[in-house]
Amino acid sequence: MSSPDEDPPTEPERWRDLDMLLSRPGNLVHADFNPSPGLRDSLGSLVEVLVVGAGGLGCELLKDLALSGFKNIHVIDMDTIDVSNLNRQFLFRVQDVGKSKAEVAAKRVMERVSGVNIVPHFCRIEDKEIEFYSQFSIIVLGLDSIEARSYINSVACGFLEYDSDDKPIPETLKPMVDGGTEGFKGHARVIIPGTTPCFECNIWLFPPQVKFPLCTLAETPRTAAHCIEYAHLIKWNEALKRAELFGISGVTYSFTQGVVKNIIPAIASTNAIVSAACALEALKLISGCSKTVSNYLTYNGLDGTHINVSEFARERDCLVCGPGTLIELGTSTTLSEFIKMLEEHPKLLMSRASVTHEGDNLYMQAPEVLEQMTRPNLGVPMFELLKGAARTTVHVTGMAENNGKKVSSLRKLRVTFKGVEESSKMDESS
Amino acid sequence: MLNLFKIKGQKKEEAANTNGRPPAKKQSPGELRLHKDIAELNLPKKTNITFPNGKDDLMNIEITLRPDEGYYVGGAFVFTLQVPPTYPHEPPKVKCTTKVYHPNIDLDGNVCLNILREDWKPVLNINTIVYGLNLLFIQPNDEDPLNHDAAAVLRDDPQKFRRNVQTAMSGGYVDRSSKNS
Repeated sequence: MSSPDEDPPTEPERWRDLDMLLSRPGNLVHADFNPSPGLRDSLGSLVEVLVVGAGGLGCELLKDLALSGFKNIHVIDMDTIDVSNLNRQFLFRVQDVGKSKAEVAAKRVMERVSGVNIVPHFCRIEDKEIEFYSQFSIIVLGLDSIEARSYINSVACGFLEYDSDDKPIPETLKPMVDGGTEGFKGHARVIIPGTTPCFECNIWLFPPQVKFPLCTLAETPRTAAHCIEYAHLIKWNEALKRAELFGISGVTYSFTQGVVKNIIPAIASTNAIVSAACALEALKLISGCSKTVSNYLTYNGLDGTHINVSEFARERDCLVCGPGTLIELGTSTTLSEFIKMLEEHPKLLMSRASVTHEGDNLYMQAPEVLEQMTRPNLGVPMFELLKGAARTTVHVTGMAENNGKKVSSLRKLRVTFKGVEESSKMDESS
Repeated sequence: MLNLFKIKGQKKEEAANTNGRPPAKKQSPGELRLHKDIAELNLPKKTNITFPNGKDDLMNIEITLRPDEGYYVGGAFVFTLQVPPTYPHEPPKVKCTTKVYHPNIDLDGNVCLNILREDWKPVLNINTIVYGLNLLFIQPNDEDPLNHDAAAVLRDDPQKFRRNVQTAMSGGYVDRSSKNS
């Protein structure tokens, strides 16, 4: 790369505008905003940002965040660089093709913005321990799937704890800023778990994917799309065999998806606009220097330019971000006593409850095969079944009362144990 | 939030280990919804359900249907249901692992049932799928075939279709060309 024509701005010069923003009072600032010239240093020293995705949005986000005063940034992406990325993922060059997006992006931004430290993670988001995510002050998402958003959302909301009045405890808060683009359209939303709706609260807003009946594809195709989808879905194994026959590697399902799926052209400007909005929201959220979007910004550049902010509402009983019902047990309370308690609990009135905890199905009312397998648990104390945790989350399903009618319900419970200290040792119970 | 991080930084040591153990993996909303679906299952008579990976993996389900009326009485048909993490936004992937002579199921086990693809809605559940599959055996549908030959026989000669089903269920081979004979 040739060196830039002009010298890069000297350090204080580069941050002049940001410093003005952070050192002046205003009427639209957050209640705990303390304008001071030292605020930028705090931003750099106290705050760790995680950027999820180092693609079209991720490249922009890393650059924007680094130039907004954030100094400790991590970026996670499982992808490698493809030639087709180069038109918009501006941190990458032809010679980077095949390398990790996260690693190259981190390196490029660190070369250009001095004092910034970006730690790349070349792996899947599910590969990281949950604890990894707890170190971050804020998580900024530049993703392209519902599944990945839903995963990060449940991790971030999982850190949230509520006090006994069902108020979110600020220290446990892990805010997110989620960006997304598709062609000329995009969105930026601010998710403050426990305050604004989480991703799961509004997931039903996503339109269903267009799918064709299998029989139409196989026997009575009528459109070009039917023919392509047929090859993709039904004859895919033949592509595999063909690749094997000619010794070609790389025919994976995800690659096939990439070739076949409805690819909407990615537009660099849309990514830039949405990322800028996300980085700005992150800066405002963390520093308090101005009010954040409340809470869902949509951008449409297709027909003129249209930007709108909608205030989405929380789902009161959201299983992911809601407080759930607080319930206190004795250390000797058995599972069957617990199920009985749910029937009488004024906020639940739940009969025939099935109980699950962090992937362990403790008791299932049906089907018979599962009822039999879980029946021995009924006589076991909950404290033991929940592995000696002082407090934890349990989910129950059963028939619960809603407006005077018994309806099938799925509820989140916050279970605590009487007389058990937070840091109690497990061997006390034996 | 910066003030918060200042406080948090001071408290870091004590806050690091509140529960004395690493934070646990949370159940995904899809898994929880599935837990509810399974706990509320109300299967047709003589339907059997198993979980090949044990009681804590509900995402992989095996269902054996034994139709009690129609052409397929006396048969047992095994289906695997693979529930995706995005459930119920996306439907489970259903395959028939029993080779079956059926207009709406092909020989690779692909099943043509509207609620498994184009008509899937998040309000549907595992129970509706099981009833949908059951219906396929009570009322095989010749209008939307996946196995064209079987559909043609069903449409043109129901008696022959009945015989072919019996032959196939008893392990016999139903010749494609036999429909012309």
